[in-house]
Amino acid sequence: MTVADLQPAGDAYRPPTDVAARDIMDLAFGLIRVLDDEGMAHGPWIPNLSRDTLVEILGTMFTTRAYDARMMKAQRQGKTSFSMRSRGEEAIGATTAKVMGPDDMCFPTYRQASYLIGRGQDPLVMMNQVYGNAADLNRGTQISGMYTAADLGFFSISGNLATQMPQAVGWAMAAKAKGEPTAALGFVGDGSTAEGDMHAALTFASTYRPPVILAIVNNQYAISTDEEVARGSAQTFAQRGIGYGLPSLRVDGNDVLAIHSATSWARDRALDGHGPTVIEFVTYRASAHSSSDDPTRYRPEDEFDEFPLGDPIKRLRLHLQHLGYTNDQANELDTTIRVMIEAKNDEAEAIGTINTGERPPLSKTFELVYETMPAHLVRQQKQAGLQ
Amino acid sequence: MTATETATENAETARELTYVGAFNEGIKQLMREDEDIFVAGEDVGIQGGVFGSFSGLADEFGERRAVDTPIAEQAIVGLGIGAAVAGLRPVVDLMFMDFIMVAMDQIANQAAKLKYMFGGKAELPLTITTNGGAGLSAAAQHSQSLEAFLCHVPGLKVVMPSSPHDLKGLLVACVRDNNPTILVKNKAMLGVTGPVPEELYEIPLGVGAKVREGTDVTIVAYSRMVSESMKAAERLADEGINCEIIDPRTVQPLDTDIIVESAKKTNRVVVVHEAVRFGGLGAEIAAQVQEEAFDYLDAPVARVAAPFSPIPFSPGLEGHYVPNAKRIAAGIRETLGRPAPGA
Repeated sequence: MTVADLQPAGDAYRPPTDVAARDIMDLAFGLIRVLDDEGMAHGPWIPNLSRDTLVEILGTMFTTRAYDARMMKAQRQGKTSFSMRSRGEEAIGATTAKVMGPDDMCFPTYRQASYLIGRGQDPLVMMNQVYGNAADLNRGTQISGMYTAADLGFFSISGNLATQMPQAVGWAMAAKAKGEPTAALGFVGDGSTAEGDMHAALTFASTYRPPVILAIVNNQYAISTDEEVARGSAQTFAQRGIGYGLPSLRVDGNDVLAIHSATSWARDRALDGHGPTVIEFVTYRASAHSSSDDPTRYRPEDEFDEFPLGDPIKRLRLHLQHLGYTNDQANELDTTIRVMIEAKNDEAEAIGTINTGERPPLSKTFELVYETMPAHLVRQQKQAGLQ
Repeated sequence: MTATETATENAETARELTYVGAFNEGIKQLMREDEDIFVAGEDVGIQGGVFGSFSGLADEFGERRAVDTPIAEQAIVGLGIGAAVAGLRPVVDLMFMDFIMVAMDQIANQAAKLKYMFGGKAELPLTITTNGGAGLSAAAQHSQSLEAFLCHVPGLKVVMPSSPHDLKGLLVACVRDNNPTILVKNKAMLGVTGPVPEELYEIPLGVGAKVREGTDVTIVAYSRMVSESMKAAERLADEGINCEIIDPRTVQPLDTDIIVESAKKTNRVVVVHEAVRFGGLGAEIAAQVQEEAFDYLDAPVARVAAPFSPIPFSPGLEGHYVPNAKRIAAGIRETLGRPAPGA
């Protein structure tokens, strides 16, 4: 675990959004931070955000953390097959969800549940997906936690890595071709930047300059391997963008204010026709990779406590205290949310889990493979005893 | 070489090992024997692989021979090709068989063809290991059986072991082979136990096995479908149906002889695989049987396989999607024109 060049809060300059990529290369090597260790905001990247908006983002983070913990518990109880948490990195999804417009499209990884919650998804809908129960919109066809919500600007999550990055570029190229004032936001993990798809996405972004934000979430680990396995000889992941001639920002991913400000900068730049931005969000994967993973095999258990950028929830709470939102108010919000998550989980479990309740109809195996079912699939469906 | 000639295994040394344990023991023994062997792949070093296949390798052989790679499947296979041509004997791992698609250009257009394109001057002792198969609610992108893609490419050898014993013996054969080989473990079998001899032994590639002697029908099955077919055969034995089971073990090159010989004896063949039916190996096997044994067949060669759709997540759906003993038994009854019990 390394966080190179821990730049003090408020130290990084904020260039105009039409700046040339070559003039801001140093921003790929520093760290854009707004909140200091005492929760005070500093410098040119302070966003213009109301206290209410910050409390909403805090609520999204509380919800995501409680939701993730509850779903992991459900996995341990055998109520679903698989679970992934985003503990420690909730700020990135929760905050960027507030920046992107209603018609923008997010191309997430499996660690952006906080984006979906931040866009207003009801955790009950997500739980039904995790349990694959009768109320699951996909009726038990897609693996637990791989959500899809086209109406909320949330592209279907893929279990194969970095495939969403060329797709985000392609979506943005279409938006540009149609002249629509929208942008795409693609997320990729630090480890997945090694995939060929990521480099192809950067090349196409560089060539066609569509309105896309290519966000690298550096949470320090690719399952068991340290982020440096994928980073290699480069100093930072943001640095990748420089080789493609793209403006590249390295941002404190546990600092809600910095995330909001940097993402807004990139989105404004995209909508003004100045093309893509690469952003590296530096954060920490505080939990295991997934329910199948045991991180004690490859890293110290107390490492999160030592992480220099801290816990995004604690940091936003501290900042809110300076704005008059007390610790008691935050605790009350957290408690309310935990109660809500338990209630929704009860509701979801009552509908069914992976092993209980009404089974999805067998026809779901055959539907939606094609727009119109081909003859041989119709035959197989009949052989399975269905019409 | 025949199976008997190369079977140096000693039944007396056999202990119960898991499927994944047999692989782990085999790779360790191979690496002790030959310093040119190394493994590379995602999480294979310090963690020992996400399924534990490579457990203990980094400790025993060092990180130089148990290489944690970045997540880039085409580069993992590419490094294997380069290292193999340079004279090493790489074992490169792709975590899930589904991820093999990322590396298909390196596998199908490079590894498979280099010996041919170098006029025979390139040796390619490359082994690709991966994990396929359904049954764990891992859904569309982590459960596939994509062997038909691989078997369609001249130059590759593809192995799909059905037991801990076969896994170790076939691994040894793959690693010692001077051609690119792909060994596909079955994820749902990782914890399955069986007798495995302690010493290194080799099961020759391209040689199938008769795993059950029978007279009424030949079941051709590989990987996890062998144990499901065994269950079906036991069920059918109670109904007076005597099944013979052939496990080709290697699906490219395919041991057609053992299948045809059995077909000529039983006069009926049912092919079983987890992969989708359309364009699956069942079609190839059925075609070869009718080419070689048409006059012996009393019924069309039948196929029990998955529907032509992605693999669903819910156990309620997946349980009906993946062939099981019940569906295999039904397929056999149909081929024999026998009614279901109680019908």
